[in-house]
Amino acid sequence: MTPVISPFSLFFASIFTSNILLANFLGMCSFISISKDMKSSNGLGLAVVVVLTVTTGVNWAVLHLILIPLGLVYLRFIVFIIVIAAVVQMLEMIIDRVSQTLYMSLGIFLPLITVNCAILGVSLFMEIRNYSFIQSIIFGLGSGLGWWLAIMLLSAMRKKIEKAPVPAGLQGSGITMITIGFMAMAFMGFSGMLQVQ
Amino acid sequence: MSDTATAKNPGDVFRRNLWTNNPIFMQVLGICSALAVTNLLTNTLIMTIGVVFVTGMSSLTVSILKSLMPRKVRMIVQTLIIAFYVIIVDLVLKAYLPTVSKSLGPYVGLIITNCIIMGRAEAFAQSNGPILSFWDGITSGMGYMGVLLAIAFVRELLGFGALFGYHVMPAGFVPWIIMVMPPSAFFILGVVIWIGKAILNKQGELA
Repeated sequence: MTPVISPFSLFFASIFTSNILLANFLGMCSFISISKDMKSSNGLGLAVVVVLTVTTGVNWAVLHLILIPLGLVYLRFIVFIIVIAAVVQMLEMIIDRVSQTLYMSLGIFLPLITVNCAILGVSLFMEIRNYSFIQSIIFGLGSGLGWWLAIMLLSAMRKKIEKAPVPAGLQGSGITMITIGFMAMAFMGFSGMLQVQ
Repeated sequence: MSDTATAKNPGDVFRRNLWTNNPIFMQVLGICSALAVTNLLTNTLIMTIGVVFVTGMSSLTVSILKSLMPRKVRMIVQTLIIAFYVIIVDLVLKAYLPTVSKSLGPYVGLIITNCIIMGRAEAFAQSNGPILSFWDGITSGMGYMGVLLAIAFVRELLGFGALFGYHVMPAGFVPWIIMVMPPSAFFILGVVIWIGKAILNKQGELA
């Protein structure tokens, strides 16, 4: 595997050069359906940042403190999914208690996140790349921020595209895919700076 | 989807899942993994066979268990059923095809969150008999497989000048590097959606 990566470069890489969405295609489903509307994109993006950071940390602890010592690594898919569902549920309850306004803006997005592939994907990458605890948290946070950035950019672009004359068959999902393609090319430009695989 | 409820006989289900209501270009579901694995045909084929297996088996299981599942917790039960089959696929790949398993990396595990499987379990298997649900799962998986293989065909041919790892292009062919990079996956999927929808528009199948 790669030598030890400094936390800062990992943070930077997970936002730009290996953006979880544009380079690894994770979280596409909700990305396409939500990005029609900028306000919801913002809410979902924020929720993804929070959930991703927390679940990656918790999954790291579960993996290294429970699954590996007990030799149950093959159960990780089921365990990760349950942890994600539980964390999302708990976050929902905590936010509900702490801040009503935050709950109003984030609440409806939280259940959606359980089935977002980005969350499970980041946990699986964390396992495959053997990150330490600190690295996992930073990787989760950076990936979430990268996802948020990407969905905000796309929803802004889709606003403009709505008014553009697009061939009938290409309308909707077709043109969105091609737009994301161009975005991915732009983000690829960052990859000359550093590469984390 | 309006015709989800009406298609009841196997022939209709087959036609709808493979073409008129194709999971990828009509419903835009499950593209997370669709894009990541499509730069090599071999990987794509193995991955999609896994998806066909998981979709079929989980639709079957959900359909058999549907009367036993409390409605409130059915989502998590469905997810666990899907995860169970994905673990089987993962272990089989690790045992028999270790190199492919390594290059697919996390994307085998991500079959769990593939929206197609959950979508079929929720929209079809919940309200139909086991045999028909199994068939529905298999055909949905096949619709997914068809589109993915088409994308992988273009990407591997132009990106490596090869098909299934065998060089087929003449010696002077310069590979298009962009085809193995992430952006091309988006472009080709966009074009596939365009072609599919344009043909359906012509046939007047789109409501």
